[in-house]
Amino acid sequence: MSTQAAITAKITRRPKATVTRFRNAIGKYKVVRTDRCTGCGLCAKLCPHGVHVRYEGYSRTTRPKDHLCRGTWCKENCDYYCIDKCPAGALSMGLNPVYESMGDPRWTPDMILSTWDQAENGRITNETLEPHLGASGGGFDKLRLNFPKEPALKLKPSEVDTHLSLNRRGSGPKVVIDVPWYGGGMSYGSVSPATMVGKAHACMVWNSFTCTGEGGYPPHLYPYDDHVITQVATGLFGVREETIQRVRIVEFKYAQGAKPGLGGHLLGDKNTPAVARMREAVAGTSLFSPFPFHSVYSIEDHKKHVDWVLAMNPKALVSAKVSTPNDVDMVAVGSYYAGVHIVHLDGSYGGTGAAPDIAKKNIAMPIEYAIPKVHQFLVNEGIRDKVTLIASGGLRNVHDLVKAICLGANGAVIGTAEMVALECIRCGACESGRGCARGIATTDPELSLQFDYEWAARRITNLYSSWHAQLVDILVRFGIRSVSELVGRTDLLHHVDYSE
Amino acid sequence: MPKKYHIEAKAAAPRHTPIGRHGIVDFNEDCAGACHHCVKKECIYDIYRKEGIFTREMPGELHYLYSCMNCLRCVQNCTRAVVTRTVNPEFRWLGDAYWKPEMLLTTWYQAETGKIPVSGAGYRGPFAGPGFDNMWTDMSEIVRPTRDGIHGREYISTSVDVGAKLTELSFDERGQLAVAPPPVLELPVPFVLGIPHFGDWSPGAYEAFARAAQAIRTLCVIDPGLVTPNLEPYRAALAPAVSGATISRHRDAIAGARLVQLEYDDAFAANVAAIKLIAPGAVVTVRAPIDADSHLLAERLVAAGVESITFAANHHGRSGAFGGGEFIKESFRRIHAHLMAKGVRDTVTLIASGGIALAEHMAKAIICGADLVVVDIPFLIALECRMCMNCTLGRPCPVDVAGTPPEHGARRITNLASAWHSQLLEVLGAMGLREVRRLRGEYGRAMFQEDLERETFQALFAGKRAKGQ
Repeated sequence: MSTQAAITAKITRRPKATVTRFRNAIGKYKVVRTDRCTGCGLCAKLCPHGVHVRYEGYSRTTRPKDHLCRGTWCKENCDYYCIDKCPAGALSMGLNPVYESMGDPRWTPDMILSTWDQAENGRITNETLEPHLGASGGGFDKLRLNFPKEPALKLKPSEVDTHLSLNRRGSGPKVVIDVPWYGGGMSYGSVSPATMVGKAHACMVWNSFTCTGEGGYPPHLYPYDDHVITQVATGLFGVREETIQRVRIVEFKYAQGAKPGLGGHLLGDKNTPAVARMREAVAGTSLFSPFPFHSVYSIEDHKKHVDWVLAMNPKALVSAKVSTPNDVDMVAVGSYYAGVHIVHLDGSYGGTGAAPDIAKKNIAMPIEYAIPKVHQFLVNEGIRDKVTLIASGGLRNVHDLVKAICLGANGAVIGTAEMVALECIRCGACESGRGCARGIATTDPELSLQFDYEWAARRITNLYSSWHAQLVDILVRFGIRSVSELVGRTDLLHHVDYSE
Repeated sequence: MPKKYHIEAKAAAPRHTPIGRHGIVDFNEDCAGACHHCVKKECIYDIYRKEGIFTREMPGELHYLYSCMNCLRCVQNCTRAVVTRTVNPEFRWLGDAYWKPEMLLTTWYQAETGKIPVSGAGYRGPFAGPGFDNMWTDMSEIVRPTRDGIHGREYISTSVDVGAKLTELSFDERGQLAVAPPPVLELPVPFVLGIPHFGDWSPGAYEAFARAAQAIRTLCVIDPGLVTPNLEPYRAALAPAVSGATISRHRDAIAGARLVQLEYDDAFAANVAAIKLIAPGAVVTVRAPIDADSHLLAERLVAAGVESITFAANHHGRSGAFGGGEFIKESFRRIHAHLMAKGVRDTVTLIASGGIALAEHMAKAIICGADLVVVDIPFLIALECRMCMNCTLGRPCPVDVAGTPPEHGARRITNLASAWHSQLLEVLGAMGLREVRRLRGEYGRAMFQEDLERETFQALFAGKRAKGQ
């Protein structure tokens, strides 16, 4: 643990460049240098982005680092466009075919590359990529932030408050996080130990929380106890009195947005002996969580659950993670009256390690509809001030986060963005065979060693730093002093279909 | 509890290399040659090594583009950066505006494995879309228990009844039933097989459909003129499709049938009577093209005693021949609501035909008011059809659908049906429904985009000014 303490001291909120772990980074453009190159080195002198490098004492420039290339943006905006300037005409540039084959309407290639950029540098360095909007043609992608030309209140970044209080009931422990988001539940078994600890570490640095998911509380999370939410889900895998008592927040997972109405499942190949031990199961067998909690068929049953946890750990906050059915507003109100502190809505387009495609696409409503529905219902019920409403399921970037808060959430849970920070390519093969080929969502002893937790912690910390800076900037542009004043401010948004 | 209905699935590999989404391209002239990084280290799915074996030994078809898992490790760790990935141009050409390439891919996967498509990393499609893509099915939570049907812990029935139901029973003075109940056909799944309007057909391909229908214990609606002697063993699984003019010609086919599809015309009442004379125990479904007045036609047919109506849209699920017109989802909501308002909905079985491409469409069409659906093109895709439409132009079929061995073809169709059945159970389980009959017309267990938009974004933003930048 001493090395861990040393690393803990090293990682701060200040961004630190943490480059890709792969030999060839992927960029939007592909730059090709042909044999006509005379090695004059002009391109290396011209390019401020570091695409062309010629080391001292070498007669040739290195292979172009084309992931740093700004492409045609240079041609239009700058006088150092290398393709035109090369005296030998040896350079050519075009869209990278890999870029064209990446991503999907929800996570566009631009958004993936921009998230990588932020995880690498702790800020947006490549402004030619669109980091905020996807191409899904609905929901967040049709909402825009309505910045005033001049904010009514001129604020300095240091005057802006991004804290989020997770207990608004007026009694019980105060739990305040420094940023209005925390990490989503990813179980021991679904993701690699380095991923899990990296997430936890970043959450500690930013005084937020990570979640164990359903699958037990592995010892390597013990140093992060104060920043861990432990999950109680329908399979009760790895749930023990001791794990409940470790933490400051316990989350009941009633449903998961990506597979609402269906239980979780960990396929046999990912159930390694270590995972099986943690889950008190037999290694190599597929582990299915039933659905629903067979002990909960009413709000009264749900209250028994909450009381059970609070009896074991009176200092804990309780969160209910629910999906977004038609009557999600009733579920939220019922959950509150049963005594939970946090109502966590998980929308249907969220990420997961494995879910039937039919469920991901079709079951339950997208989070964009659920947030205002629940917010308004809680307002009408007169209890909005007492509930911490957390949204998740398809929030990909800071703008999505701000839009969710303006629609009525207090904060958000993110998951996929963290995975993309670790260079997830969204190939979707998390569940197959030994698991993720890129070492993120796998427990395979070989595959999971592709990166260490320090690298993971730095990448996610960098992403958080970038998000925080952008959030502060957004608040300054709005002239709003704190995140809590953003809640329900739909006047700060406009919708491309309906607003005039 | 009755014995659980189950469709047996058994892997059935494609006969031709399917078209994959991506292609890995390497520029061999710059390859370092001896490093073998891609072969030995990077490809955890072992595709490069298999490619090597293929090029040396040529053992058969190369499933290379199809089997790449797109992890990009080979691209990102190639020592000379000569490996790249592109979208397979052939993939983009698959299908058409409605039948998206992804639909063909997922259908092929299900036909091959019989498994539900499962993937990670969340949903990756557009927010919503035309057709069935702008509705979501509901789920139950805390206050309304779900059903745990997927892993077999609770029984969820997918059976439907085809035929008219009596609204009430009457008894004579001796307590005996005084009315003769009309024939009712129970199918274990809410779909029947149909024959698409295109395809590289052969007696063998028809036999694959008929065999599969028998294995699934449902029916295949087919023109008796297409029935060749090799289909005789599966006769019980065939539902003859006839018109008024062909009834007398197909007397034999009608005689043994449990369901007869009759093309609608003005003489439908007489035609139904003629069929009933030949096969009194058969249910007759009158098939009519769907249009803006279908609800009125339905009312008229029900009043005339028709026990089942098949409303057929085109293969894009729309009324009208060339893509325009109303989508089947809207049409069925209107028809169902109209018959409900008239108080006669339960006296008729409505069958939806056209545009049913994915398992979710089956569930959604039923939510919109159909009792069951006709599935046609997906089963042709299960026989590896690429929807290139060569067959309609008299050109040869690239995958030789006609040459599919009937047993193999039936296996692939059965696999697809098995995967659809499992997915239907998922959806029903999530909704907390115990049987698919209760799904019919259950708008309350669905969410329509127009409603959600109106209640949220329109209510919040309509008429508001977008200020600032």
